[in-house]
Amino acid sequence: MTLGLLSISWQVIVDSIGLGAVYALMAVGIGLVFGVLRLVNFAYGQLVMAGAYALAFASEWDLPLVVGIAFCFAVVIGLSLIMDVVVFRPLRAQSPAVMLVATFAVAFLLQSIALLAFGPLGKAASSLGSLNRPVTVGDVDIRKITIVAIIVAGICLLLLVLLLERTTMGLHMRAAAMDFRTARLLGVRADRVIGSAVLISALLAATVSVILTVQNPLVTPDFALRDTIVVLAGVVVGGMNRLLTATMGGFAIGFVSGILGGALPSDQSQYLPSFLFGLVILVLLVRPNGLFARGPGPVERV
Amino acid sequence: MSGRHLTQLAGPLGLIVVAALLGSVASNSTEIYFINALVAVAIVVAIYVFVGNSGVVSFGHISFVAVGAWTAGVLSVPVTEKPAIMQYLFPVLRDHTIGNVPSLLTAAAVGGVYALLVGLPLMRLSGLAAGIATFGVLEITHNLLRYYEKVGPGTNTFSSVPETTDLLQAAIGALLVIGVAFGYQSSRFGRLLRASREDPAAARAVGVSVYQQRLIAFTLSGVLAGFAGGLYVHLLPINSETVYLDLTFITLAMLVIGGMTSLWGAVVGALAVSGLDSLLAEAENGLTIGSLTIDLPAGTRLVIVGALMALVLILRPGGITGGREFRLDFLRRTHPPAPEEPTP
Repeated sequence: MTLGLLSISWQVIVDSIGLGAVYALMAVGIGLVFGVLRLVNFAYGQLVMAGAYALAFASEWDLPLVVGIAFCFAVVIGLSLIMDVVVFRPLRAQSPAVMLVATFAVAFLLQSIALLAFGPLGKAASSLGSLNRPVTVGDVDIRKITIVAIIVAGICLLLLVLLLERTTMGLHMRAAAMDFRTARLLGVRADRVIGSAVLISALLAATVSVILTVQNPLVTPDFALRDTIVVLAGVVVGGMNRLLTATMGGFAIGFVSGILGGALPSDQSQYLPSFLFGLVILVLLVRPNGLFARGPGPVERV
Repeated sequence: MSGRHLTQLAGPLGLIVVAALLGSVASNSTEIYFINALVAVAIVVAIYVFVGNSGVVSFGHISFVAVGAWTAGVLSVPVTEKPAIMQYLFPVLRDHTIGNVPSLLTAAAVGGVYALLVGLPLMRLSGLAAGIATFGVLEITHNLLRYYEKVGPGTNTFSSVPETTDLLQAAIGALLVIGVAFGYQSSRFGRLLRASREDPAAARAVGVSVYQQRLIAFTLSGVLAGFAGGLYVHLLPINSETVYLDLTFITLAMLVIGGMTSLWGAVVGALAVSGLDSLLAEAENGLTIGSLTIDLPAGTRLVIVGALMALVLILRPGGITGGREFRLDFLRRTHPPAPEEPTP
């Protein structure tokens, strides 16, 4: 079945929603930390990469599936906490530009370490391979992992909304995202808020590692690097000042990327990144504050 | 221009001259490292013109280097050899070849025009968002240069480009770029942009158009980066991967390690990291100092430079030079007043 006008099949649409869901999770992970720390974590993709290597080693050692996934979560959370203590915490007083460069340095450092330690060829993470098989609905073949990705993303986002809207910690995090200094004056514990944001963002990164390794079982040092760049662009396009708009931006860029991949004729498919980022620049030209942002947005936080 | 001003310029220029002189007495196999370092200075100073003066991080400047390299490279391969490596070129590119200096100037012009076109939308963004969006520019540029074979060799390597960037040309190029960067930062425009870096709200309040000033710096830095790209393609056979993420990382590391906010920092950082990088590269191939043989596994270079960059940012965010310009009394400098109460 195709949508006559653009001749994009339902197949492509479902896959695009799946990609959008994964990118939305990454966007939330980046957006949460940005909200409380004003720090764009460039090294987020390397958290996902570390988780993916954990899964690859787990399948190499023939660990049971649950243990493997637990190992992946442990590695990502551990690395994330180390990153927070060693890099983010000393840099909290610095300007956003310095922090951005610092996380870029960390990203590159982690990638180079992975290259040095595990080599450029990559390892296979195959424990969840069965999820790659398709289910046929009507005449559309949907890989099980796409369905899983969409459901998991939905559940994660729902839980997050409940956490942010219904719990005291969520209230504190929202307050800190609006104005950290005032929130602290009113009794919000800075370290706990930041710790929670880092932790939740790590949980999301680990979830993304599990989903991505099923879709792409070959884990290389630049695993998720390209995805992170795309998601960061999506977060900017959506509007990075609010978590909701950032998440929508992440979903949108994943969805559009999937649709473009399906719509481009095969002799032009290698230009997909150009089309995608060209679109990003075009949107930014029309709506510099973000596609989903309301009003002209604050010029600067003084 | 006051005397103190000229002292600020003398430091970077003097360092380049010293590096060039050292390179000229070095052996042939070591000379290449000095030429590399001088070209790196040109690239890093070009990035500094925008990043240092505006305080906005750009991950996209290597795309201007790439565009400059492509321009100079395609234009200076001899006509007879073009069909062999670039068979799909546009006729106008296929049928013409220009000399070394014209190719460098064209590279600078094309780099500038490209930066202007890209800057028009991007400079409207707030600093952080602009920085991330520049990554998009790098992706687009890399993607197009890699696959669009009507403007260059595509995935192939730029062979047959005359290797005219010798020590002298690299040194003159670096000196030129430094001179232009210094002229800009001492000008009215440079001062306005630096004012907006220190306090955007106050700069706006006194009537500075931050957008316009950033755009001017972005374009000028595109010109210099394009020129540096021209120098680069005349130095070694490069391909689309040479001017991509690794170069972006290493040049940003140079700028950060030297000190992001001063020309002196950019030059010191480029030379220091190039020196270290060359040493590590030798060590990866097996280096013997006296009775000690160091043989590092390939890839150690990036780990060490990355760790160094992170360390400098954490321990000394101003970089080696503290982000200050060169001063003759810099050994006896007084420390700046303690920063205000840090915001979390």
